[in-house]
Amino acid sequence: MSALAVAAAALQVVGVLAGAPLVVGGMRQVRARLEGRAGGGIGQPWRDLRKQLRKQQITPSGTTVVFALAPAVVAGSTLLIAAIVPLIALGSPLDSAADLFGVVGLLFLGTVALTLAGIDTGTAFGGMGSSREITIAALVEPTILLAVFALSVPGGSANLAAIVAATANHPEQLVSPGSLLAFVALAIVIIAETGRLPVDNPSTHLELTMIHEAMILEYAGPKLALVEWASGMRLTVLLGLVANLFMPWGIAGSDPSFLAVLIGLVAITVKVVVLAGLLAAGEVFIAKLRLFRVPELLAGSFLLALLAVTASYFLGTPTS
Amino acid sequence: MTVDPPMNGTPVGAHRVARTLAPVRLPAQAASLFEEGFRLGLVAAHDDGDTLRVVYLFLAGAPDRRVELEITLPAADPQLHTLASLSFPASRFEREMHDLYGIVPIDHPLPHRLVRHAHWPAGWYPMRNEAGPPPPFTDTEAYPFLEVTGDGVYEIPVGPVHAGVIEPGHFRLSVVGESILKLKARLWFTHRGIEKLFEGLDATGAIHLAERISGDTSAAHGLAHSLAVEDALGIVMPEPAHRLRALVLELERLYNHAADLGALANDAGFSLANAHAQRIRERLLRINNATTGHRLLRGAISPGNVELLSLPDPLQLADLAADLAEVAQLTLGNTVVRDRFTGTSVLTRDQARDLGCLGYVARASGLATDARLDHPTVELPVSPITNPHGDVLARFTVRLEEYAASTRLLAHLISTADQLSFQVSPAEGAEGATVAEAQPTAVRSGVGIVEGWRGTIVHRIEVDPDGRLMRAKIVDPSWFNWPAIPVSLADTIVPDFPLTNKSFNLSYAGNDL
Repeated sequence: MSALAVAAAALQVVGVLAGAPLVVGGMRQVRARLEGRAGGGIGQPWRDLRKQLRKQQITPSGTTVVFALAPAVVAGSTLLIAAIVPLIALGSPLDSAADLFGVVGLLFLGTVALTLAGIDTGTAFGGMGSSREITIAALVEPTILLAVFALSVPGGSANLAAIVAATANHPEQLVSPGSLLAFVALAIVIIAETGRLPVDNPSTHLELTMIHEAMILEYAGPKLALVEWASGMRLTVLLGLVANLFMPWGIAGSDPSFLAVLIGLVAITVKVVVLAGLLAAGEVFIAKLRLFRVPELLAGSFLLALLAVTASYFLGTPTS
Repeated sequence: MTVDPPMNGTPVGAHRVARTLAPVRLPAQAASLFEEGFRLGLVAAHDDGDTLRVVYLFLAGAPDRRVELEITLPAADPQLHTLASLSFPASRFEREMHDLYGIVPIDHPLPHRLVRHAHWPAGWYPMRNEAGPPPPFTDTEAYPFLEVTGDGVYEIPVGPVHAGVIEPGHFRLSVVGESILKLKARLWFTHRGIEKLFEGLDATGAIHLAERISGDTSAAHGLAHSLAVEDALGIVMPEPAHRLRALVLELERLYNHAADLGALANDAGFSLANAHAQRIRERLLRINNATTGHRLLRGAISPGNVELLSLPDPLQLADLAADLAEVAQLTLGNTVVRDRFTGTSVLTRDQARDLGCLGYVARASGLATDARLDHPTVELPVSPITNPHGDVLARFTVRLEEYAASTRLLAHLISTADQLSFQVSPAEGAEGATVAEAQPTAVRSGVGIVEGWRGTIVHRIEVDPDGRLMRAKIVDPSWFNWPAIPVSLADTIVPDFPLTNKSFNLSYAGNDL
C-alpha cells in the first residue's frame, strides 16, 4: 500500500470535516436564492460552529454518560465512515473493512447513540424525537443494506471499493433495472436518514413536528456544535457514497499517483456539490409529509430496493 | 316567572337598551334572549364601592340589537347564579370575574382559576378599587392540570417559552403514541392588566392603549374603542368617516391574512410560499405606512376622529391580490401540503356554535357571522364567506377568499372616498343625540363592535361626568375561539398540532389582556 493511498484516505477525512459545513451552507443558500431570499451565505454554518464551540458547556441535570458521549460517538462513527468509503481513492488502508454491512452498522451506531441521548434527557421532546427517529431508522437501514446489496451483485462482492471499481469498468450496468431501482431507493433513504424534506424539516422552529432536532434539543454549546457538524458530515459522506456508486468516474485507483488523488478530490467535490444542489433545489418544491405517511414512503423505497436485488439476480449479466 | 320582551328597557346607546334585574331573575332572562337568537357579547363587572355591578351584553344581528342585563351584588359577599348551563362563554366570563373581582358563581361546573395562575394569592382581586399594588407571589393555591392516565399515556408540556419567536402560552398534551388524547391550553402569561390601565384616563385620550391590546389588531381594537367612546359621549360621525375607517380595517385584514396564508404553508414545510407571502406582507405594510403614517395602521382612528395621509392605489392592491392568489394556488397545488391541510383538526358547526366561535374560525365551520353585517356602522357590500368543512383547509380557503373580497371592498371604498380627514368634537356631535343630553351628569356607557380580521371585537366602556374612563371591558374574538382548539384536536396527531394552532392563529395578548 502506497503512502499516497494513506494520504488519500486522510484527505477524505479532512475534506469531509472541512467540507460538510460548506455543503450544508451551500444547500441553504440554494434554497434561499430559489425562494427569493438573500440567505446567510455558504460560510454561515462554519460561523455558527465557531460560535457554538466558543460557548460554555452546559449539561442538563440528571443526564448520564450516554448524553455526554453521544455527540462523540456520532462524530466518530461518521469520520470512520468517511475514512473507509471510497470517495477520493479506492485503496483505503481500511479497505478490508470497507464493507457495506460495516458502513450501515456504523451509520446505525450513530443514530442509536443520538436516540439514546434523546431518551437520556428525560424530557418529553427527547423521547418523542427518539421514538420517531427509531421508527424511521428501522425502515431506512434495511433499505440501504438491500440497495447496496443489489449493486454488489454484478461485482460479486460487498466490498464498496470492489463495487465502485466494477461499475467504473462496466458503466453499462448503470442503466440496468436493478441499478436504477437501487438508486431511487437509496436516494429516498438518504433523504430520510439525513433528516431532509419531505421526512423532516431541518429549518423548523416547531418543536412538536421535529424528529432529529427534537432529540438534540437539550444540547448546547460545543456538544451541539459536534452534533450539527456530525449530521452535516453524514449528509456529505452519504452524498459522496451515492455519487461514487453510480458515477464512479474520476476516482483514483488503489495505487494512485499524486495527480490521480488530486483529480479524485476535484471529482468528488464536484459530484457532491451537484448532488447537494439538486437535493436543495428539489426541497424548494416539496413540503413535509404527515408523520404517518413517512412509513409509506419508506416502505415504498424498501420495496424498490427489494425489486432491485431481484432484478440484479435475474436480469443482471455476471461480469466476472 | 315573567320574562321581558327582548328589547324592553331604557335606551342607553346606539341600538342598545338596558334592564336592571334582581340577580335571581337573570338565568330566565338570559335563556329567553338566547332563544331569541342573541349571543353573549361580553360580561363586565364593575366595582361601585359598596356594591358590585355586573353587566351582561347580549347581541343579535340583522337588525342590530344590543341588550344589557344589569345585576347588582353586595361587595362584601358577591354571588351570582351561573349561566354555564345556557352558554359556555358565560361560564368562562364567570371564572374571569371570579378571579378579577371575587364574584363567586354558584353551582359553576368548573370553578377553577382562569386568569390568575397559582402564584397569585387567594382573596386578592386586582380589579377591585381597593386592590392596591400586587402582593408578593405565593405558592399557596393549587392550579393542577387534569392528569390523563392509562397504558402508554404520557404528557408533553410545551411552552410558555417556545423555540420560535411567538407569544407565550403553555400547552399540556396528553398523548398516546402520536395521537392527542387531551390538550389543555393555559394562557394569561401575558396578562398586563390592560383593563385596569384604562381606568382614570381621559375618554378621548386612551386610544394609544386600545391600539396596544393586540399588536396585529391595532386598527380594529382602536376602532372598537373609538366607537364605544363615541357611543358614550354621543359623538356621531358622518358616513364618509365610517367608510374611511372601514378602509383602514380592511388594510389590517389584508396584511394579516397574507402573512398567515404563508405561515400555514411554512408550518407544513413549504417555505417557498412563506417567502413570497412575507414579501407581499412587506409591500402591504408599506402601503399602510403611506396611507396612515404607521405600518401597523396606528394613529389613523381615534374617538371622534379619522385621518388618512393618502389613499392606497387600488391597482397596486389588485396586483398584490393576484400575486397572493398565485402563491396560494401553488400551495394548494402541492399534493403534500393539501394532504396536510385536508381533514386536519375538524371543528364541526355544532361545536363552533356551542363554543360561541367568531370570525374566520366560525365561518370555516359554516357559521355566517360577520359584525360588518350584524352590527354595521355603515352599509358595505360585504357577504360572509363560509365553508362547511371546519378543517385546516377550510380555514385556509376562507381566509384566501376573504383576502380577495377585502381587495374588492377596498377598491369600492377607495373609489367612493373624497375627504381624507374627519373630526367631530363631543359638543357638536351631541346635537340631536338625545342620550348624552338627557343625562349630562350621569355615568355614560358605550359599546363598540368591530369585525377585526380575527372576528368580532366588542368594547364596552363607562365614562364618568368629568369625561374620564371608569371601566373598559375588552373582548377579543380569541377569547371565544381559544377553547375551540382543544376540541378540534380530537383524533389529531402531535406533529399536526402546530399546523392546527396556526390555522386558528389566535391572539395571546388579546385574550390575556
